[in-house]
Amino acid sequence: MSVEGRNLELTPVRGPSALGGGWKRFGELLYLMSVTEFKKTYFGTVLGYVWSLLRPLLLFAVLLFVFTKIVRLGSDVPNYPVLLLMNVVLFGFFSESTSIAVTSVVNQEGVVRKTQFPRLVIPLSVVATSLFNLGLNLIVVLIFILAFGVTPMWTWLLFPLVIALLVVFATAVASLLSSLYVRFRDTAIIWSVVAQALFYATPVIYPIEKVPDTYRDLILLNPLTPLFEQARKWVIDSDAPGAVSAAGGWTHLIPAIAIFLGTCALAAWYFNREAPRIAEEL
Amino acid sequence: MSADGAEARSNGVRSAPVAIEASGVEKTFRIPTHRIDSFKERIVRPLGRPDFRELRALRDVSFEVRRGEFFGIVGRNGSGKSTLLKILASIYRADAGSIRMAGRVAPFIELGVGFNPDLTARENVVLNGVMMGLSQREARRRLDAVLDFAELEEFVDLKLKNYSSGMLVRLAFSVMIQAEADILLIDEVLAVGDAAFQQKCRDVFADMRGGERTIVLVTHDMTAVQRYCHRAMLLDDGRLRYLGEPEETGRQYLRMNFAKRKVTSEGEREVAIVPDFLARVSEAWLENEAGERIENVEAGEPIRLNAVIEARQDLANPGFAVHVNNAEGVHVFELDGNVEAGENALLAAGSRARISATLDNPLRPGRYSIVCWLAVLRNEEETGQQALKLLNFVVFGVGGTGGIVSVPGEVGVQLDPAPDPEREP
Repeated sequence: MSVEGRNLELTPVRGPSALGGGWKRFGELLYLMSVTEFKKTYFGTVLGYVWSLLRPLLLFAVLLFVFTKIVRLGSDVPNYPVLLLMNVVLFGFFSESTSIAVTSVVNQEGVVRKTQFPRLVIPLSVVATSLFNLGLNLIVVLIFILAFGVTPMWTWLLFPLVIALLVVFATAVASLLSSLYVRFRDTAIIWSVVAQALFYATPVIYPIEKVPDTYRDLILLNPLTPLFEQARKWVIDSDAPGAVSAAGGWTHLIPAIAIFLGTCALAAWYFNREAPRIAEEL
Repeated sequence: MSADGAEARSNGVRSAPVAIEASGVEKTFRIPTHRIDSFKERIVRPLGRPDFRELRALRDVSFEVRRGEFFGIVGRNGSGKSTLLKILASIYRADAGSIRMAGRVAPFIELGVGFNPDLTARENVVLNGVMMGLSQREARRRLDAVLDFAELEEFVDLKLKNYSSGMLVRLAFSVMIQAEADILLIDEVLAVGDAAFQQKCRDVFADMRGGERTIVLVTHDMTAVQRYCHRAMLLDDGRLRYLGEPEETGRQYLRMNFAKRKVTSEGEREVAIVPDFLARVSEAWLENEAGERIENVEAGEPIRLNAVIEARQDLANPGFAVHVNNAEGVHVFELDGNVEAGENALLAAGSRARISATLDNPLRPGRYSIVCWLAVLRNEEETGQQALKLLNFVVFGVGGTGGIVSVPGEVGVQLDPAPDPEREP
């Protein structure tokens, strides 16, 4: 308890911030809050985190039935069932992390109003929890892919690159939404609609080549589109066009890249601006 | 604890290195009169500037706190004291001015330290430790000490939402106390919890007063300020009104609170009664006939009261009135008249008055307390008054036919002679 003999120097107090307080502490907080978040999600359920596997699988089963038996969208797409499964899992990560993150900062009101800690930890912990779920799900996806007879390719090693970009984008959207929600409670409702729309505006249930040329540029505005297309080429089907040729050249990807970077910059700027004031706005 | 020792420690604190340095701190809140909470309102009123009024919570507040100092911040509701504490705790950001602090800071704000109700006590204590800057391992090591102090070992794996409010406050307080922090920031704690917990807080504060840690206490409780603080600061409407001796700070605070009452009594030339720190109770006890100290009194036995009161300031013509209250707080009776020490009597600061009284005991069995009211005429218009709680005691015995007191007296009954039936017409 004694603090005698410690060399204490006066250091400026700058108030709350998005980061701040050292990386080690940030990391430990992120870990603890993610574990908390994970426990909270499945508290009181009988199957526990098995749900995080079952949920995308159930959705996958429904979609598979609809698009191979009724609409027959995927009949001429190579390995359509596993492609669909992978896409559902990837999109599930994005939509889950962002939707939960929207209200995350406000839900942690008690902590935000009473302690000093880097505010960015809150949305990041939500993304980290979803990322953990994604990891579990990808194991299942891998099993399906192998069982389906897709031969392993060296490009599988490039897949983490797609995941990394997806995580960056999800983090940017998550932190932007969570800080917007503090001021504008509409954000949650709007985002639930937008996320639903994005599900159809991203090549999840269809491959990009099925999109008529007139609308392809529209779909390509979505930064998720090139990521999903590239994942398909690298993991499932090496003959798939991939992001660049599906878009018709690098130049057509520029809007998507710009939106991607713009979102990240906006999120960083806005969250950083709002972080010191979150406790007051609550 | 001798007065000299306290003095020496005070001086020691005063020469210690600075732990908190605040200069020119400003904080303004914008309170929307018509809050734009949704995009719709943004769209309906696109020119954006919402109507708001500015609340200047803090204006140019500067002060220094030395290491090891117990520093009080007092003020009325809305005076900015909690805002200041939140700025020190890095929960709000100051609009202007600078603050520098030395060492690790542990805040205890609005009776909590930011617990998550969905987690168990164990998880919360660890999470809180990491938030305060401990490593996970250090935070786990701290767990036992925290639970031990809070006396909640059995409930370590219970989710906090299932805790009673008393248990929560105990846990939070204990987390704060056990934080290996150099600076503790404490907001209003003594007013809550059961009597045992309050006693625990008081003991801890008394210990900390002499310790190495720096403590900033925000409170309305002037007794706490007087008892623990080396120095105290009075905020009014966001401005620093006074900084100095806790007694004087308390006096200024009370004067401020009663300023309005004085205005209303104007014209009638009524003497305003102003609560004040006049004295404190050094000792108070009851005696039996043999002069032995006793805790309780048998019904009907005389109450022999003794008290030693130490003046905190020079008291001219002090008057004493002894009141007896019952457990319900009903003022049962007071000793006849005000006991005055005599014309032009002066009780100098630091000197003592001994009160002894013997009174008949008309009290029914039950629990009672004795309060001594001390009054001093400060000037033509003001009487300073202070209630000094002397002691609690129990009157024991059997019987009693109701009422609060039994008053001796003789009751005679005379009946008219019974009517003679033979005289009936």
